[in-house]
Amino acid sequence: MTGHLKALRQELKGGRLALHAIVLVLCALWFTPIAGLVASSLRSQSEMGISGWWQIFVDPKVTLDNYARAIGYVGVLNAAGTSLALAIPVTILTTLLSAIGAYALVRLEPPRARLFAAALVVLLVLPPQVTVVPLLKLFVAIGLNGKVPAVWLYQVGFTIPYGVFLIRGFLISIPEEIFESAVIDGANPLQIFTAIVIPLCAPILAALAILQFLWSWNDLLIPLIFLGGGTLAPPITVQAAGIATSNGQDEPVLMAATCLSVALPLIILVSLQRYFVRGIVSGSVKG
Amino acid sequence: MQIWNNLPVLVCLGAVLLPCLVYLWLGLGERILARLGAGTARVLRPWFWLSLPLAVVALVLVYPLVVTIWLALRNNRSTEWVGLRNFQWAFSGEMIQVMGNSLLWLVALPLGTIVLSLVAAVLFDRVKYEKLAITIILLPTAISFTAASIIWRQLYSYQPADAPQVALLNAIWMGLGASEPVAWLQTPVLNSICLIVVALWASVGVATLIVSAGVKNVPAELREAALIDGAGEWRIFFLITLPQIVPAILVVLTTSAVFALKVFDIVYIMTNGQYGTDVVANRMYSELFTANNAARASAIAVLLLIAAIPIALANLRLWERVGK
Repeated sequence: MTGHLKALRQELKGGRLALHAIVLVLCALWFTPIAGLVASSLRSQSEMGISGWWQIFVDPKVTLDNYARAIGYVGVLNAAGTSLALAIPVTILTTLLSAIGAYALVRLEPPRARLFAAALVVLLVLPPQVTVVPLLKLFVAIGLNGKVPAVWLYQVGFTIPYGVFLIRGFLISIPEEIFESAVIDGANPLQIFTAIVIPLCAPILAALAILQFLWSWNDLLIPLIFLGGGTLAPPITVQAAGIATSNGQDEPVLMAATCLSVALPLIILVSLQRYFVRGIVSGSVKG
Repeated sequence: MQIWNNLPVLVCLGAVLLPCLVYLWLGLGERILARLGAGTARVLRPWFWLSLPLAVVALVLVYPLVVTIWLALRNNRSTEWVGLRNFQWAFSGEMIQVMGNSLLWLVALPLGTIVLSLVAAVLFDRVKYEKLAITIILLPTAISFTAASIIWRQLYSYQPADAPQVALLNAIWMGLGASEPVAWLQTPVLNSICLIVVALWASVGVATLIVSAGVKNVPAELREAALIDGAGEWRIFFLITLPQIVPAILVVLTTSAVFALKVFDIVYIMTNGQYGTDVVANRMYSELFTANNAARASAIAVLLLIAAIPIALANLRLWERVGK
């Protein structure tokens, strides 16, 4: 028996090398474009014209000039401000309304709760394009077009199905007795919601909040459609897309602006990865 | 109208004042419910709590869904019914190529995503630095498709044959001894594949997380028993791992199919649909804003909706089978 296992282990060893090789190649492929972005943003226009960004590792001529111009001329920080003014309220409102909806579905026993849940599953796959034309007409008619709350409304409404679905799965797993003892203590549903549901669901609420912040910050289509014609600085994705699609673009500045636009989401992902993973995994398989 | 341009005020309004109003709404409602009889309150309470989330979803998703179908059946100014004329347009002329491209996306993206995420999830599971590998493959998920497109457009760019190739892919290509650089984004069909690669780069991380969660749920004893029985790695993968992670695979397939349907940013920024790369979601945007034709844009939207229905049904089946 042990001899058999030993032979097996030997055979596996050859496979180990191939295993590490494939994993490392995958990681390198996935990381290289980001390295290229950072390297490009640190090189001058003249350098960029004669050699590729990898040259920076051979001959490190680094300049922060692109960043200075991205902030000074292009106004990346103003754009980031608009992005925050979209993403922060959207994140908080989505989390709050999703928690309220999930609580109502799981604990307050509405008739046909299962049908509601099924409707959520269906709404999860709705492409945003399906709903933008009538909303654009509506927002224009009521004077909301070009204003920040139009984007809040859309992004919150679009993510609520996912949010309710996510929190619902978590709430179902909380033992009945916790709620029963609160009722015996005389707590009303609002007190139960604020004192029990919110604290107990904190991990999944954090997961939803992080996902929604990233989605809102990274969204291009919705602000492009609903913020057009406003007087506000465009959010950071719209601004970068504008530079990228205009003629005679300034490539190094575009790279610096792009680098600044991905810095915050990357920091959030790396530092709060645990919550990000929880939000994705429990939103998909369990339900 | 100054307030709409004052960012700190806007943030306070949306992140503090609105949540407070929501809380007050709930408090007010509970006060009223407390005065009603216990029986009435019991019936009304769930609807009252559902009122806000339902109102927002109804306004943003359900109402426009219905109106889009209505708009798609009328003329551009929405003054008269035109039957299926907008749909006839959507299946004729240059739209055929656009449809074909979307079909290519719909097949290639889920297929590529599932293969790559299976490879990544199964192999990462076997190495000690799994956490680091997962973090790296997840990095592009934090980045906007806008940024991803800007990054990849640079990687795909090309210089004339006699100039130094400053973009990575053509530098490697010429380094391999080719005489002509490749115009990745200007050569039909190849360019659509190149755009799909960007989408793959951006979405394989999340798919890997989902598949990986499935792989880790496969009982270790099953694998060990098969190993001792002399089964090779491939047999173990196909006979033990794969059947156990079917739900995770279906989730990845439906998620990436939806992604393929609604892909806009990547096409808009990298080619804006030129050189034969246009897809329906980008075409819808240009119909709406460049051609100013809301009826045709709505017809495209309805087609997206119809394409999403089987995906929604698949999700529903899956959800009912997994339970809860």
